[in-house]
Amino acid sequence: MTPAPALRIRGSAHLPEAALFDALDLKLTPGRWTCLLGPSGVGKSTILRLIAGLKVGAIFDGEITSEPRQSIDDNVAYMAQEDLLLPWASVRDNVALGARLRGETLNTDRLEQLLHRVGLAEMAHRKPRTLSGGQRQRAALARTLMEDKPLVLLDEPFSALDARTRSDMQDLAYSLLAGRTVLLVTHDPGEAARLAHKIVVMSEQGLAELDPPPGEAPRAVDDPEMLAAQGRLMARLRERV
Amino acid sequence: MRIVAGLAATLFALALWQGIVMLTGVPRFILPGPELVAQTWWSSRALIADHALDTLTAIILGLGLGASLGIAVALALAMSQRARTFVQPLLIFSQTLPVFALAPLLTLWLGFGMGSKVAMAVLLVFFPVASAFLDGLLRTPNGYLDLANTMQARPLAVLWHIRIPAALPALASGLRLSAVYAPIGAVIGEWVGSSQGLGYLMLLANGRSKTDLMFAALFTLSILSIILYYAVKAATEPWSRQARHSG
Repeated sequence: MTPAPALRIRGSAHLPEAALFDALDLKLTPGRWTCLLGPSGVGKSTILRLIAGLKVGAIFDGEITSEPRQSIDDNVAYMAQEDLLLPWASVRDNVALGARLRGETLNTDRLEQLLHRVGLAEMAHRKPRTLSGGQRQRAALARTLMEDKPLVLLDEPFSALDARTRSDMQDLAYSLLAGRTVLLVTHDPGEAARLAHKIVVMSEQGLAELDPPPGEAPRAVDDPEMLAAQGRLMARLRERV
Repeated sequence: MRIVAGLAATLFALALWQGIVMLTGVPRFILPGPELVAQTWWSSRALIADHALDTLTAIILGLGLGASLGIAVALALAMSQRARTFVQPLLIFSQTLPVFALAPLLTLWLGFGMGSKVAMAVLLVFFPVASAFLDGLLRTPNGYLDLANTMQARPLAVLWHIRIPAALPALASGLRLSAVYAPIGAVIGEWVGSSQGLGYLMLLANGRSKTDLMFAALFTLSILSIILYYAVKAATEPWSRQARHSG
């Protein structure tokens, strides 16, 4: 894997009838988690999709740069809110999807190791429909890790999970994505307070950076300072409604 | 339960039919009773089987070729927006032509016999397969395509590993529909340009007022069609099950 890059996205985006965001300047710290929060429709997912090189409904006028300079498209892995597991393929084939789609030789040792690390080694032959929501997201996480990319974009990947599974997945994702530059788009102030090295709140007025709680992430779910930070974040989000 | 209900409905229809024939005394060349049809079916079983084999061959060839052609065209159109712009109107136009009216032309071009009736079946089978499969190929969930995009996927690999498997439930629907159409196509072909097959036998029996033989041939065709439909349904069931589980 190439070293985790710093990433910067600057510019504005316009929908056909109105501006989506203007004079945006977002920086991702190399090898750290940046959590982007904000109300629905403000353009958080658009930013993530622009970095991922995916189609967006808006016209973007600006630039996305990385340091060291390298092709972002070649160095990014993406995980969405839906697990996007192919229903006709086994867990193993889903995790191995990237290599298949690029026509590369599959690194089976790495595949087995990852399945083991996410706790799905025994279920590798099963179809996604037979898995629970948490197991499906673990398979999706293994597929993301299988890509072995230094930049990882997470678009509310844990939002559909129950509270306990969600916090387990946060711990697992944090440990497995260590050393990578991560952008997590989330609606959940608690998730940001647990995982972030850097918290950015996005609103119609632009971006605002907030201090993360002290202590090393992932912070304990009952850590008083984490809970206080979650409260401050929630208050901040409510101010904008 | 469904089988019992179907059997009961069939027995009721046969009893009604026999009752009408007995009560009205309608001549046997106008409407033979089911008992006479069964007797004729049994006594002419060798003749009917001989013709049925010919029809079955035409149906299977027509279904195989028509479905293959439909799948190939759908794949080509799915890969090229330009091809879709040019070819899709032609495909729709082709469906506005009454297929029955094309049968004499096919006989003229392909000769009397198997070729023209297979072509007729191909014409009927092709469109539902091509249309349903193309629809499925163009409706791949965007999330899968986004994921493939971030994985730097090759277009052909996306087609093979994602778009085709995602379109199989739609293809299954097209194939089931075409299993119903294929026998119709083969029989139209036999009516117009053949001296073999159940369609020809029906015409021949009708011309000689052997209505009982005509009914026997008709029921044989129905049975063939039902078996074919359920065979295709069973073969494509795993694809349809996939659609139910991917929601």
